[in-house]
Amino acid sequence: MKVRLLDIAHARSGDKGDTANVGLIALKPEWYDVLVTYVTEAAAVTHFTGVITGGVQRYELPNLRALNFLLHGALDGGGTLSLKTDAQGKVFSTAMLRMVIDVPDAEAQALALPAYTAAV
Amino acid sequence: MSGKTVVRVAGGQGFWGDWLEAPRRQVEGGQVDYLMLDYLAEVTMSILQKQKERDPNMGYARDFVGAMESVLDAVVNKGVKVIANAGGVNPEACAAAVQAMAAKHGAAGKLKIGVITGDNLLPRIDELLANGHELRNMDTGEPLSLVRDRVIAANAYIGSEPIVEALNRGANVVIIGRSTDTALTMAPLRYEFGWAANDWDKLAAGIIAGHIIECGAQCSGGNCLHDWRNIPNLADIGYPIVECSPDGTFVVTKHDNTGGRVSVPTVTEQLVYEMGDPHSYITPDVVADFTSIQLADGGTDRVKVHGIKGSAATDKLKVSIAYRSGYKAVGSLVYSWPDALEKAQMADRILRERLDRLGLTFEQVLSEFVGASATHGPLAGVGAGKDAPEIQYRIGVRDADKAKVERFTREIVPLVLNGPPSVTGFAAGRPKTEEIVAYWPALVDKTVVTTHVEVLS
Repeated sequence: MKVRLLDIAHARSGDKGDTANVGLIALKPEWYDVLVTYVTEAAAVTHFTGVITGGVQRYELPNLRALNFLLHGALDGGGTLSLKTDAQGKVFSTAMLRMVIDVPDAEAQALALPAYTAAV
Repeated sequence: MSGKTVVRVAGGQGFWGDWLEAPRRQVEGGQVDYLMLDYLAEVTMSILQKQKERDPNMGYARDFVGAMESVLDAVVNKGVKVIANAGGVNPEACAAAVQAMAAKHGAAGKLKIGVITGDNLLPRIDELLANGHELRNMDTGEPLSLVRDRVIAANAYIGSEPIVEALNRGANVVIIGRSTDTALTMAPLRYEFGWAANDWDKLAAGIIAGHIIECGAQCSGGNCLHDWRNIPNLADIGYPIVECSPDGTFVVTKHDNTGGRVSVPTVTEQLVYEMGDPHSYITPDVVADFTSIQLADGGTDRVKVHGIKGSAATDKLKVSIAYRSGYKAVGSLVYSWPDALEKAQMADRILRERLDRLGLTFEQVLSEFVGASATHGPLAGVGAGKDAPEIQYRIGVRDADKAKVERFTREIVPLVLNGPPSVTGFAAGRPKTEEIVAYWPALVDKTVVTTHVEVLS
């Protein structure tokens, strides 16, 4: 089943130099493991193709039911050097929430994950 | 040690430019012991340094004088103490301005202002480099010598020690320059509860309390994505308050009868803001572990925080260095329906061709189409902006050569008459060329930085 992160998580992002961070927080405690399993570093790298120039690091915060992603090379140099509207990475949070993951039907149903149907 | 069982620290400013009403609302809305005001972002010190070069009496966050005026009654008559990193590169001038303001209200004798200096390393850079402190860029590894001649500010991030000392010496207002944001909250807790310099778990708790409230209302419902439509009454938002116990556990809350929300989701969003490696949040006082934080619902607009672990501080201080790094200019035009995005894209092709014909190349050129792809790029989808009522075309350049950037600023507005149709939004005319002041984070041995505390009365 397709699941969109916007429907199972919330997020906030910020900057450190040319790196944007995205804190991805499960909307329900029982959904945290879904994030851990399916929103991997590799998945984030694929998702942000053409948006960031560097790699991705992921940290787990089970206590907050959150993952922290560091997206390197995200801010066109960062800080005052950047020419971007979002020079401080404030809305990488919502860019992350666009991600659609594939969860096996049985697991998705057991956790009552909302299904995502892409608008045509 | 004060013997208090609860100390209430209120966050009243999250950056220089934050809501002018907030400090007064924090001291009038209910009982608080401390008002914490954070004014500094990474490049603020360089702006202040430029101001000081023009006028030796400037170089601090001037909003602070107005903030002090708005809370003067609470400081003088209710015993509220104020801790602020408003001193910038000139804490002494900041203190003098506050004293002059207080004198105007007949309260000059009622303030004991603690002034903390020693964070400013600009006059000592060559000495430090000569003594083998390379001040390498923490991100790139490059030595500072590469940009030494362009450095305009250099400040070490100071921890809680000198703030605690100022409070011990009776200060009811503490003005510091480049302290860490979090020390402004942790220091009064450490002072009140007598936490030892190696009581790592409690110091870490104070730091995390500081992290939660250092961005003002960003933890009490402001800029909160979770359930954002239903967060009540943001027009009247309550700024955050930490109610801390001697054991380092605390509650995040806000005054009754204010808007906004304090909940596990609003606090969690702030906890992950600007986070790096959550296992080691490094400060001058302690290394805090964000994976140890436990949050629990403590009732309406109350979140309990406990379980926090810390470990020994490192022997380094972070140094925030600002240096001149060329010029930039960003301009924009707005194209309307029909085919707004196509018109904007054509304008971009034309402008770039004209820059080519002029032989102008830049270190960086960036085009954005606001309304289609400016913030999410290709993630917005292939058809994004296709039928938009309007699209803002935004183009910026960056280069070391100011003349080239200046020439670029002349090329945008002509498109209004000699480019694609249905264009507006050019009232501001040519964009301004700005000098870029870039940020160079470095580390320095703690032993080379000595802070000084003076208490004026």
